Amino acid sequence: MSATLSFPFQVDFMQRALVAGLAVGIFAPAIGIFLVQKRLSLIGDGIGHVAFAGVGAGLLLNVWPVWTALAFAVVGALGVDWLRSRRRVAGDVALALFFYSGIALGVVLISLGGGLNANVITFLFGQPLTVRPSEIIVILTLGGAITVTMWALRRPMFAVVTDEDWSRSAGLPVDGLNSLLAVLTAVAVVAAMRIVGILLVAAMMVLPVASAQLVARSFRGTLAVAVCVGAGSVVAGLSAAWLWDIAPSGAMVLAAASVFAVVSIAKRAAPRALRQEEHG
Amino acid sequence: MASERARPALLEARDVRFGYDGEPVLQDVSLRVAGGEFVALVGPNGSGKSTLLRILLGALKPERGTVRLFGADPDDVDERWRLGYVPQRPTLASEVPATVEEIVVSGRLSRRGWWRPLGASDRTAVMHAIESVGLADLAKRPVNTLSGGQQQRAFIARAFASEPELLVLDEPVAGVDAESQRRFSDSLTHLIREHDAGVLLVSHELSAVAAIVDRVIVLKGRVLFDGTPGDLVHEGVSLGIHPEDLPLWLEGLR
Repeated sequence: MSATLSFPFQVDFMQRALVAGLAVGIFAPAIGIFLVQKRLSLIGDGIGHVAFAGVGAGLLLNVWPVWTALAFAVVGALGVDWLRSRRRVAGDVALALFFYSGIALGVVLISLGGGLNANVITFLFGQPLTVRPSEIIVILTLGGAITVTMWALRRPMFAVVTDEDWSRSAGLPVDGLNSLLAVLTAVAVVAAMRIVGILLVAAMMVLPVASAQLVARSFRGTLAVAVCVGAGSVVAGLSAAWLWDIAPSGAMVLAAASVFAVVSIAKRAAPRALRQEEHG
Repeated sequence: MASERARPALLEARDVRFGYDGEPVLQDVSLRVAGGEFVALVGPNGSGKSTLLRILLGALKPERGTVRLFGADPDDVDERWRLGYVPQRPTLASEVPATVEEIVVSGRLSRRGWWRPLGASDRTAVMHAIESVGLADLAKRPVNTLSGGQQQRAFIARAFASEPELLVLDEPVAGVDAESQRRFSDSLTHLIREHDAGVLLVSHELSAVAAIVDRVIVLKGRVLFDGTPGDLVHEGVSLGIHPEDLPLWLEGLR
């Protein structure tokens, strides 16, 4: 990557990365806010590991890994939700069960398919700079489906993730909405893995929400700020990758983490400065 | 708010029996709540109040006896908006900031149809519910920045938002400030008078609502008393004049 061009998004591959990245920056926090409210911030990570087994299966069977990862992730997400809702095992144990089984199965399937290669590394760590137009169409389609569904169902979904017992007494379809949230989380993981990678996908769901909840005063406001932070982190991460020749997926997540750090410090410092001003 | 026995029951339990691991918790419990009636269910700790409430709402099945909610088995009631429920909870454990209005809107979903967008009449009902509990000025404030009493009023407004025919409240004024208790009493009066709703309040502290309770049911495994607050005076319990009477009397029943 060359830094001789002043504007990072003048070349085709950077524009493709920007389009796909912005989609992830928007739909990942849009679903992440419900996971954070439900105290399941790490479920995206767990499902990502199950999706890794799907990538392994796709490479072994010579099928496009996105489809096999989607199938594995959806089944894994529904499995975690089933175990959690029936209280067969504690929520974190249910996650761990799928988390470790998924990555173990992935390792075995990839070893059967010839071992680690560039293709596997791309899905593990993400690589937006090489994303193809056909992949962008898949990302936009899946991301669009997630965003539209979450917007349409934002109120009942908010009720369920905020107060499950009350929602049940009010006759809301709690089990159905929980399953839908699990399936859409799986779809989001797979749609984002080509851009940020299986190992970092949960960060794009959670970190923008973590920053937003420090400054927003409503659920709706938190969602709006989180989407802006998510999209902004993508632009900042891709720009940093262009300027300093660093891994773009890691740069995007570090940008999101930096926003959280800055907002946290500013929030702590602001009241202190105001107090000093009052006393001064 | 005079109780009228002849009116159809919104909620009725007959000869309900229930136990855990063979240990009886409830024996031959009967009660009814009609429209426009305010019934308080009281009892000492371990008297079976919570178990009875779960049975009345359909979360538990009685071993014997019947429960009818709006004339049907609780599981068969499709129009759940007819029931407003305020669970026992000190505060909202919300990770993400959520305003009073956002919480109360949830209460409208079952009335509107959860898959349908909210209309103008729904927004009016939500604001009306918020105003009725005295939180209009705090509608845009995050719930987790409010006091325990204000939060409880937000949950009561959520139950009001569906304009329920029956309101069931589980220990709603436990640890709540005096201002919130007064607001709470006013809003229940409004619901009963304006909407002819029935109210079942589970508590061991009735001083906040002493003036508006029609009937008190005292539970300790079985129904020990079912009558008006006036009848309770004969047992040496005054709800309004000496608020400490009831908790002391219930303690004596343990």
